[in-house]
Amino acid sequence: MSEYIEHDRNGVSVGIVERELFTFARPPKEMTLENGSTLGPVTLAYETYGELNPDRSNAVLILHALSGDSHAAGYYSNDDAKPGWWEIMVGPGKGIDTNKYFVVCSNILGSCMGSTGPGSMNPKTGRPFGLDFPVVTIGDMVTAQKALIDHLGIERLLAVVGGSIGGLQVLEWCLRYPDRIVSAIPLATTPKHSALTIAFNEVARQAIMADPNWNKGDYYRGAKPDLGLAVARMIGHITYLSDESMRQKFGRRLQDRSDFSFNFDADFQVESYLRYQGSKFVERFDANSFLYITKAADYFDLTRQYDSSSLVKAFSRAMAKFLVVSFTSDWLYPTYQSKAMVKAMKKNGLDVSFCEIEADWGHDAFLLPNERLTALIKGFLEHVYDETER
Amino acid sequence: MSTMKPRDSEIRFDLQIIASWIEPGSKVLGLGCGEGELLHFLKKNKRVSCTGIELNEAKVAKCIEKGLSVLQGDINEEILDYPDDSFDYVILSQTLQQIYEPGELIRSMLRIGKRGVVSFPNFSHWSVRLQLLTTGHAPITKELPYDWHNTPNIRVIALKDFRRFSRETGFSILQEVAINTDHHEKSGNIIKFFANLRATYGVFLIGKRKQ
Repeated sequence: MSEYIEHDRNGVSVGIVERELFTFARPPKEMTLENGSTLGPVTLAYETYGELNPDRSNAVLILHALSGDSHAAGYYSNDDAKPGWWEIMVGPGKGIDTNKYFVVCSNILGSCMGSTGPGSMNPKTGRPFGLDFPVVTIGDMVTAQKALIDHLGIERLLAVVGGSIGGLQVLEWCLRYPDRIVSAIPLATTPKHSALTIAFNEVARQAIMADPNWNKGDYYRGAKPDLGLAVARMIGHITYLSDESMRQKFGRRLQDRSDFSFNFDADFQVESYLRYQGSKFVERFDANSFLYITKAADYFDLTRQYDSSSLVKAFSRAMAKFLVVSFTSDWLYPTYQSKAMVKAMKKNGLDVSFCEIEADWGHDAFLLPNERLTALIKGFLEHVYDETER
Repeated sequence: MSTMKPRDSEIRFDLQIIASWIEPGSKVLGLGCGEGELLHFLKKNKRVSCTGIELNEAKVAKCIEKGLSVLQGDINEEILDYPDDSFDYVILSQTLQQIYEPGELIRSMLRIGKRGVVSFPNFSHWSVRLQLLTTGHAPITKELPYDWHNTPNIRVIALKDFRRFSRETGFSILQEVAINTDHHEKSGNIIKFFANLRATYGVFLIGKRKQ
């Protein structure tokens, strides 16, 4: 997602922000995970923007996607080259208005951006976990976030907002802690991964595990499986775009040459783009975290988790007011998947709005500047806030 | 003819008639709700809990920005998801003439709602009749402003036809108001006599027929 991070066009920003750490589940009060194992202590990296109001009713939790982090908005210093990943949406007067709301974003459990993950130190061995890290689920990530929200003294979240794997967490929050959520905005997401999505994730994982440097996840003292992780990222990027966006962005244009090289260099712009994205990604992301997070997303299935008979029954637990948004060219989490959850919400008499935004940019559309998306989120949140304040 | 003063000039005259029928605090579903003019009015003035269904993305977005709960989709499909008696009123305003299966849709409306509201332009208005008679062309009016080749309106309905349709389809007309108004005007007249000839729109409150 980092390729889209950009400065606000009008120079508006929440300003200098700081990453904080919250550690909990210290032994012997370890966190029990869905797979039955225990984990502790657990640290979550998080950031907050704006002020919590006196009755603590204006908190908005942002949930990030696969490769995101707690740094949703603002800058770490005055000479910071890039702002947070959702700078275009989060800030004063923006879609998620930090003048009105207290915004929280935490790095997910299993990631490598400050929260406990497979690259963290295993207290039992004094070495990085590697594959000794338990296979966590989206539910475990949400349970950890709930500990943070408790720690911040927030009884009810005004809204939980997130796209893609962040959207999975939004849905999980709504079913796991229904009485803690006033409203929810799942963007470009799904109640369960399709075979297509699992297939792409599996190929990406295989790319990592086939890299000799991966060494069964034990690589933290030597060379990292950069080639495998880069290929995994390249596969991801293909699924985030669309036929149309790739045609517009690259077509069959050649990269820095006027004719074919007749070797296996990156002739086409699209090849060059993917190689560049892959090589950039390995600088900032841990291959094992990629394995763990994609696996968690593949396991995610609201029906299986909450009522094996139907998605409608699973949503009978939910109480939030929903705004569901999908994008026309998103083939990773296509509109029909959003519509399936909207249908389940309707059948439960839940208050739900749904909009399918026309966009050529595939799954990535939710991260790109989009006036419609900004206006939808802004309008929805304002009315939810006004109604709760009344 | 009795001239009605606009009770609230915020909304169109035909919508004012519909709004006057809606009990405060009730649950309403608006089919083809456009930019949510009526639903917003009902929510604000009658504390009505509103849901809308609208196909057009830009209109859906406008509604959501106003704080309405609206789903983007085809009304004929979306209506099927709701459990029986989910709403007090289901409103189909100025859309019946575009519906492929009107009987099916009205049955669904009365399945999920206790009452239905249906309004449509009256095709047997004298100006329509006169145009066809004198010019020999398919009529174009303020209420039905399209050519035959670009109209979204696939059906032409007279007030009389709708009454007959209610008997054949098996629903009751609980209230009926025929009005004469420019589509965009905030005021209008209620037509009491020779409505089928003189009214530009019909607005009907319908219910399940008592067995």
